[in-house]
Amino acid sequence: MPMTPAQPKPLQGEPMVIYMGPQHPSTHGVLQVELHTDGEIVNRAIPRIGFLHRCKEKIGESIPYDQYVPYTDRMDYLAAMNTNWVWASAVEKLADIESPERAEYIRVFVAELNRIASHLVAIATYGLDLGAWTPLLHCFREREMALDMLEDLSGGRLCFGYVRIGGVANDMTPRAIEMTRAYIKQLRPKLDSLNELLTFNHIFVRRTADLAVVSADEAIAHGLTGPMLRASGVDWDLRRDEAYSIYPKLEFDVPIGTGIKGQVGDNWDRYWVRMQEMYESIRILEQVIDGMPEGEFRAKVPAVLRPPKAEVYVRQDCPRGEVAFYLISDGSKQPYRMKVRGPSFCNLCILETLTKDMLIADLVSTMGSFDLVMGEVDR
Amino acid sequence: MEHLELFNLLRETFGEDAVIEHVVSGDEAKGFRDPYIVLKPESLVNVCRFLKDDERCQFKMLHCISGVEWPEHFESVYHLFSISLKQRAILKVRTSKENPSVPSVTSIWPAADWHERETFDLMGIVYEGHPDLKRILLPDEWEGHPLRKDYVMPTHERLREIGL
Repeated sequence: MPMTPAQPKPLQGEPMVIYMGPQHPSTHGVLQVELHTDGEIVNRAIPRIGFLHRCKEKIGESIPYDQYVPYTDRMDYLAAMNTNWVWASAVEKLADIESPERAEYIRVFVAELNRIASHLVAIATYGLDLGAWTPLLHCFREREMALDMLEDLSGGRLCFGYVRIGGVANDMTPRAIEMTRAYIKQLRPKLDSLNELLTFNHIFVRRTADLAVVSADEAIAHGLTGPMLRASGVDWDLRRDEAYSIYPKLEFDVPIGTGIKGQVGDNWDRYWVRMQEMYESIRILEQVIDGMPEGEFRAKVPAVLRPPKAEVYVRQDCPRGEVAFYLISDGSKQPYRMKVRGPSFCNLCILETLTKDMLIADLVSTMGSFDLVMGEVDR
Repeated sequence: MEHLELFNLLRETFGEDAVIEHVVSGDEAKGFRDPYIVLKPESLVNVCRFLKDDERCQFKMLHCISGVEWPEHFESVYHLFSISLKQRAILKVRTSKENPSVPSVTSIWPAADWHERETFDLMGIVYEGHPDLKRILLPDEWEGHPLRKDYVMPTHERLREIGL
């Protein structure tokens, strides 16, 4: 059933500037949005960022490569494993290090587990933004269980520092594998019930469908990546299309937005892509657990790494989009220049054009569908 | 298309003055590392428009813009990707240390907007023609550009003086 959202009529009141955030609960961190409003209608929403800026690039240029791993944790703190991995593979490409096959399996294992944990938070907080309390409690219970496995391997529950240059910090434990088997067995029915509870809930659909539609061309031109790009109907996933690590050996589908509840690329599609990606991550986890080879979990890496003079640009698909590191080495033990491309930063730049003449309540719905992590926007 | 082929195509189209050189960074024998194409700043916008619109290129996505400081010059680096043809291009333009200025590509890719503001903010490269070039991560009152090699962190007294 196609639905058209109510068209707000412009009021003839006085325009008012409201600052939403940086402490507003629905900005998901320290994001400030300058709203130029006319009654309930937002004429212009200008994101103001930088409240969490730590100049990570300057830090990266002053410390050795291996010591930077914990800093990558604190960029996208909801998907620390994935960011760790991008950093490790960037340095490996720069310094010609090859990590063992077992390490690659463990990396995919932790990355996909972290993707599930991250998407669960995205879905939970999105529901919360729109007034749905119960899904939050369900999602966080599932997330805590996913973090149990990651804790078993790394000792951390949020910032892991687990994926290191040349491999991973500790070997896979049989206990983590058993826990994961039990976990993914019960996760599928839980996600199904979450679909009944939230995804196809009439109120939720009415608050999200047909809102803030991003066309495929617009998404590409604005540099959107990850679920935000795929929700617009662009069939693009680096895991499949650049086929790094062991992903070519694995079988999984790339969910894209199809506009089931409204138009392709609306808020509901962005939510739905994340939901489906969790099912795909479960499929990947099953294959990784069954196919994990024996062997070393870390390659021999020199204590002081001095990569040759060169530059690399390495990108991978993380839960929020494509994280990329641009590294220039001058042959010394620190990078000469390092640059981080944060997907949330690039995704956020479309907010202003997208939210023109929207209701304030719809702006909250749109921002929630972006799944922002401010640690990575501000870096 | 291979990166070198792309370079030859650009040379044919725009001439040797506009498209300066093709560089493979690092030791080629020791594995693939990213090659790049150096352009003249004046021709950047035309080349970028060609790269986006031409059938053989289709670089519809600007992935990242980075500023790099070298002892003699600044560099603005563009990482472009084509989703339809699955290829990449890396462009560089060099600009002087005294007056770092590069034409803006916001008219070609809207994604350039925030990337150029970030590079201006942290590296101090001015993007001519950007619709609203101002600081993005640091406060407007901030002095200097932190990613420059000669940058000195201001003292607490100084920060208090400028109201931060």
